[in-house]
Amino acid sequence: MIPEIGHFAVVAALVMAMSLAGAGLAGAATGRSSWVDACRGFAAAQAGLILLGFVLLTVSFLRDDFSVELAAAHSNTLLPWQYKFSAVWGNHEGSFLLWTLVMAGWTLAVALAGGRLEQAFFGRVMGVLGLLNVGFLLFLLLASNPFARLAPFVPQEGNDLNPLLQDFGQIVHPPMLYIGYVGFSVAFAFAVAALLSGRLDAAWARWSRPWTNVAWAFQTVGIALGSWWAYYELGWGGWWFWDPVENASFMPWLAGTALVHSLAVTEKRGAFKSWTVLLALATFSFCLVGAFIVRSGVLTSVHAFAVDPERGLFLLILLAVAIGGALTLYAMRAPAIRSRLQYGGLSRELLLLVNNLLLVVAVAVIFIYTLYPLAYEAATGGDRISIGPPYFNRVFVPLMFVLAGFLALAPAARWKRTPLTVLRRIGVLFGIGAALGVLVSLLLGGVLKPAATLAVALATWIVATHVDDFRKRRGVRPLGYLGMVTAHVGFAVCMVGVAVTSEYSEGIDARMAVGESVEVGGVSYTLTALDRVRGPNYMADRAVFETDEGARLVPEKRTYFARGDVMTEAAIRPGFFGDRYVTLGEPVADDAWGVRIEHKPMVRWIWLGALLMAFGGLVAMADGRYRRLASRDAALAPA
Amino acid sequence: MTPLRRQRAATVLFVLAGAGVTLAVAMLALEQDINLFYPPEQVVAGEAPIGKRIRAGGMVAAGSVAHDDTGLGVSFVVTDYQGSEFRVDYEGLLPGLFGEGEGVLVAGQLRADGVFEAEEVLAKHDENYMPPEVADMMAATGEQP
Amino acid sequence: MTRARALLIVPLAVFVGIVVLLYSGFGLGRADLLPSALVDKPFPDFELPTLAGEPPRRSRDDLLGEVRLVNVWATWCPTCAAEHDELARITGETGIGIVGVNYKDDPNAARAWLAERGDPYLFHIIDAHGDLGVDLGVYGAPETFVVDAAGVIRFKQVGAVTADTWRDSIAPVVASLQAAAP
Repeated sequence: MIPEIGHFAVVAALVMAMSLAGAGLAGAATGRSSWVDACRGFAAAQAGLILLGFVLLTVSFLRDDFSVELAAAHSNTLLPWQYKFSAVWGNHEGSFLLWTLVMAGWTLAVALAGGRLEQAFFGRVMGVLGLLNVGFLLFLLLASNPFARLAPFVPQEGNDLNPLLQDFGQIVHPPMLYIGYVGFSVAFAFAVAALLSGRLDAAWARWSRPWTNVAWAFQTVGIALGSWWAYYELGWGGWWFWDPVENASFMPWLAGTALVHSLAVTEKRGAFKSWTVLLALATFSFCLVGAFIVRSGVLTSVHAFAVDPERGLFLLILLAVAIGGALTLYAMRAPAIRSRLQYGGLSRELLLLVNNLLLVVAVAVIFIYTLYPLAYEAATGGDRISIGPPYFNRVFVPLMFVLAGFLALAPAARWKRTPLTVLRRIGVLFGIGAALGVLVSLLLGGVLKPAATLAVALATWIVATHVDDFRKRRGVRPLGYLGMVTAHVGFAVCMVGVAVTSEYSEGIDARMAVGESVEVGGVSYTLTALDRVRGPNYMADRAVFETDEGARLVPEKRTYFARGDVMTEAAIRPGFFGDRYVTLGEPVADDAWGVRIEHKPMVRWIWLGALLMAFGGLVAMADGRYRRLASRDAALAPA
Repeated sequence: MTPLRRQRAATVLFVLAGAGVTLAVAMLALEQDINLFYPPEQVVAGEAPIGKRIRAGGMVAAGSVAHDDTGLGVSFVVTDYQGSEFRVDYEGLLPGLFGEGEGVLVAGQLRADGVFEAEEVLAKHDENYMPPEVADMMAATGEQP
Repeated sequence: MTRARALLIVPLAVFVGIVVLLYSGFGLGRADLLPSALVDKPFPDFELPTLAGEPPRRSRDDLLGEVRLVNVWATWCPTCAAEHDELARITGETGIGIVGVNYKDDPNAARAWLAERGDPYLFHIIDAHGDLGVDLGVYGAPETFVVDAAGVIRFKQVGAVTADTWRDSIAPVVASLQAAAP
């Protein structure tokens, strides 16, 4: 009965979503405030019902109810309980249920916090969010029902969760990422509502900013967790692969970063209105395109869910209707808005325009990369190609350096026109940064690697100009400003991590028998033992390495019972300035194994920087100015 | 032109030029990094270019995997079970899911002597996953001993 | 103003282009399309132990003489469980013999699985290491082959046999083969 009740709850949630869409849009159009007020109830009911469905599905997993097809395919009695829990979203159907739950959660949050919004505007926002979840819930119920039963024969044992997903990172990563992905739907709904009402003013941008910041912060954490997971779980020391699924989350993040900045200009200066609306639409569109890429099987990836063209087609239609509708509305309504504004050569407006330009081009670069093989195949009638990651070194990396250079100017820049006197100071700070860049590079490897040196120089410069500005602003440091500084410093930290790890990592693949030693980066590793051990749901070959620094590293190679999957479990000794990373490859002779030993300097800075960025986003969100000014806007707005 | 219009024109021009140049560079870079896929039949028939980075794939022939005695060198035969097969040499660690009789995708260069020198070896992901090129090739040719 | 309006349609136009491209992706490189070249090739030779143990081994000769279905299955494959009833119905209604290939599985688990669900098969051979599966080009379980009286593969179904796939694609092949060689 439990899955049936869950199924029924989700069907009821669909009805609530439909009611929400109808009441919100019709109420706004006809000016019936009672209909618009009813939206809060519908939003709450929708969220409650999906949560019930989700909890009941989770119960089926925890109770090993393998009559539920999803549990049979992705769980197992031997699976530790926390992975039974995360197995619920370690598959297409369950993760999409999570998606709709997050969508309903955001809708409810807007419903509860949106009391200060003008009535008709609030109705439209609710209506658009409701419509989106109607689409998602239809897709869930018609094309990917997570509650389906295996009748009448029930398997005794489940097929187990893919061992790659049996991991703490995978418990947290998908919810974080989805909160981010789906959170951009709020900015999307605000933009569509603004287009519908023709009210594209500073108030619209002010309402959107905190929501966009939160979504962006969660997505930042989600992506960082995904990268961290790939680093320690895939077992080969890589932390980013330019895989279609990674790109699917990175593109909306870049577009969202552009949006966060563009919203600032629109709010403070009333400029770039059409552009900001377009970015708001585009950011969520990239989220939907990303979901399509991950779930349709049109682009293949090691992370992708099982291929099902029928689902892909459904998603494509959903995407075409949602984005196509929004862009049509944009083409029809956006001309009504024009900004009349002048700004000088080095104004903050111009810097933010450059920021947007660079980020959008970066999105285009990744988008072309991701879709080019598909276009090539379509054009040549079936020739398959792949594009090597060196592409990004040539195109993406220079873009980010230019972006970093402009970022260093950010705190000193003023609206309208920046006084030239501040530029001299910035120049001096750049000198300090460059010197430090050279010094760090020499300390790290004894050789100057151009990209790492430049990255450290630029990062130091960014931090220096921000700290300098921070000191000068004694007493005038609102949360919005603190958030910006934190996020920008986070970017600098992340950039240093990426560049130094990429340029100064050392590693060897070696053939080793017990008792043998190799040296990597000045540290000697001795293989002291090799044995076989049994885990809860796997058998493993385990090696013990001891270093002359006194560290003990124990990598494993596991074979999981239920599916016979083989997993490499790397041994990592983390450090603030670098990780030691040992992976067990395969036996190459009776007594010898192939192993990989690596030093990855400053790799943790990548994720530390990302966390700082996310934290900055949250701090800025908490700035009370948005709310105070939003209340004022609402009071001034025509009823 | 009014200053406002001039500024707007300059902004638009700047945006278009910047975006245009970057995307042109991107496309050029893309062309250089394209790796074409070749099935064993084409590798054997000499249709694959020598000394250029390409990808190839098929099934790892049973009993063909041989490690050398001192290092991490390994060689194996990739076959389509249609009579076309070629040898792959690789120096390094094989992926965890690599195995005889399983699908494999190799990236690297074909030498003039017909041996494929792999820089990268990708194995099939799980029971239900095979590198798409390999799956397609199998589907297109069928495979009989 | 009209030019400005034209500019605003650009995003929509770009998006339409992207949708067309994504749509075209569906037709390309689909692994589940019928592998036409496999059809009309003889079923590979094999000599493998049986699940029932009596007779201890079966070979390709045991397939010959009649149109058969060869079904690749395993207890670790939930789709196989879902497909099981349909296979039972098909053999019950049409009398066609189904040969099971127990693929990369634990034979004891497989026997228990059949004991619980019923065994509509003619017999099962054990392909413990997937060697026959390699010869057959199995992507994953389940897969079902239509083999004619002379032991030639005439059709291959990747994924579950359902009432729909049976009616629409498999049954017509079986019927035409049975009509050709009564």
